[in-house]
Amino acid sequence: MSDPIVALYVFVLACFIGYYVIWGVTPSLHTPLMSLTNAISGIVIVGALLVTGAERAGLGTELLGFLAVLLASINVFGGFLVTHRMLTMFQKNKK
Amino acid sequence: MQLLSLSHHGQAFAYLASAILFIFALKGLTHPASARRGNFLGMLGMVIAVAATLLGQEVTSYGFIIAGVAAGAVIGVILAMRIQMAAMPQLVAALHSFVGMAAVLVAIGTFINTASPDSVMMGELSAGIVIGAITFTGSVIAFGKLQGLLSGSPVKFTGQHLLNAAMAIATVALAVHFAMTGSVASLTLMTLLAFILGVTLIIPIGGADMPVVISMLNSYSGWAAAATGFTLHNNLLIIVGALVGFSGAILSYIMCKGMNRSIINVVFGGFGSGDESGDASAGALAAQKGVKSASVEDVVYWMEDASKVIIVPGYGMAAAQAQHALKELMDLLLARGVDVKFAIHPVAGRMPGHMNVLLAEADIPYDRVLEMDEINPEFPTADVALVVGANDVVNPAAEEDKSSPIYGMPILDVRKAHQVYFLKRSMRPGYSGVDNLLFYKDNTSLVFGDAKDTIEGMASALKGAGH
Repeated sequence: MSDPIVALYVFVLACFIGYYVIWGVTPSLHTPLMSLTNAISGIVIVGALLVTGAERAGLGTELLGFLAVLLASINVFGGFLVTHRMLTMFQKNKK
Repeated sequence: MQLLSLSHHGQAFAYLASAILFIFALKGLTHPASARRGNFLGMLGMVIAVAATLLGQEVTSYGFIIAGVAAGAVIGVILAMRIQMAAMPQLVAALHSFVGMAAVLVAIGTFINTASPDSVMMGELSAGIVIGAITFTGSVIAFGKLQGLLSGSPVKFTGQHLLNAAMAIATVALAVHFAMTGSVASLTLMTLLAFILGVTLIIPIGGADMPVVISMLNSYSGWAAAATGFTLHNNLLIIVGALVGFSGAILSYIMCKGMNRSIINVVFGGFGSGDESGDASAGALAAQKGVKSASVEDVVYWMEDASKVIIVPGYGMAAAQAQHALKELMDLLLARGVDVKFAIHPVAGRMPGHMNVLLAEADIPYDRVLEMDEINPEFPTADVALVVGANDVVNPAAEEDKSSPIYGMPILDVRKAHQVYFLKRSMRPGYSGVDNLLFYKDNTSLVFGDAKDTIEGMASALKGAGH
């Protein structure tokens, strides 16, 4: 199998995992679900790091990459932290 | 810095570990008790992924990276600490836009960095750019509508769908041309068109459909990350993208079902006006239309000796920031032995789960907060149903009036309660622009005024009553 086909396999199987995991999420936590997915979609930071840190990267690409790292980092830090804030509110209301 | 360098295999195993952690993070949200641990697992997954990338052989310089992460951390932390819970939809929309833009930048950067990109790679790059660009501008528009910078009304003109279709086809054609030839002109034009498409796809969607729009953009941001993963041959990005993409897609489906509308209908429909102003002479208008109004004292009279009160919050509660006053009211009623519950409609508020977060913010225990299917059988045994800033989601027109645009939408069975009190600022109809038949039922009375003031008034009346 060529690389793109393997990638397609991974993608399709991950879609199935997503389907089953997300249906299990309780509706009361749908807002934290969104902010958590915001945080983990900050995983594009991996791509941003590869672009910015590449040996071939000139100043222009480094600046593009810097901006991408910045935006993705806002997602990672902001997303996880605001999710934590919300979940703490839910947890302390346990009876 | 290459002291600790990771081999490709080491990196691949680290990415696998981080993918598994992300799956467990989402799985944690199955229950409020396990959710916080899930979030920590997600953080751990992110730390592992970033560390494995930095320690790999591809990354050779660190200056811009450190600067970017540091600046992003400061901005992210400030945003997360400062944001009010009522404004969560705006924050989520902003974060979607960042993922979209980052995906565009990564794709362009990868193109510039690659010595001789092949057709497959350029095709994948195009997908990343197009989805990312649509996510970015679409989310910016959604943010503007939520923040009130743009009108919530749908923007419609003739030939709109035709124009969108033409632009979409042109975008795909340019992507194909770029993949075949590597033409930078095609790449540029495609990117611009995709940015425009993001705007034109979201402006015709009305304010009432905001929960669907946010969920859809959530999904797009995931697909953008997945497309980036295809470009970079990075399975972690593909897995995470698929998880997030599906999460948004499922939420969109749940929101559509909550309104009994198809996603096609939402995307092309243009439903609702979205402006919530103008409360001139509400009382007079009410009298004209033959609805009853009640005073705070009337409501308190019925509530203080009730055995069960069900409170139905909607966006109006968020707008008035009335959740803390509701908590006080709940405590006073509980102290009198009144059973108090909260009923949440799937599309109440501006995003999925919006009401639950606001009630949690006010320390209202989540076991008193019930979803539509759980609470509906309880309305006939409720002495009082108190509707706070909700409208369409309790409108019996959804069941009784076949000509109504909201006909068929599942509603909270508020009208079956013994007494219904409807807290309202004005006689204006709800977001959908549909008049509420509930107002004219015998057991319904309207209480005019700001939701927060009214509820605080009830609380102090209850305190004064002291049996």
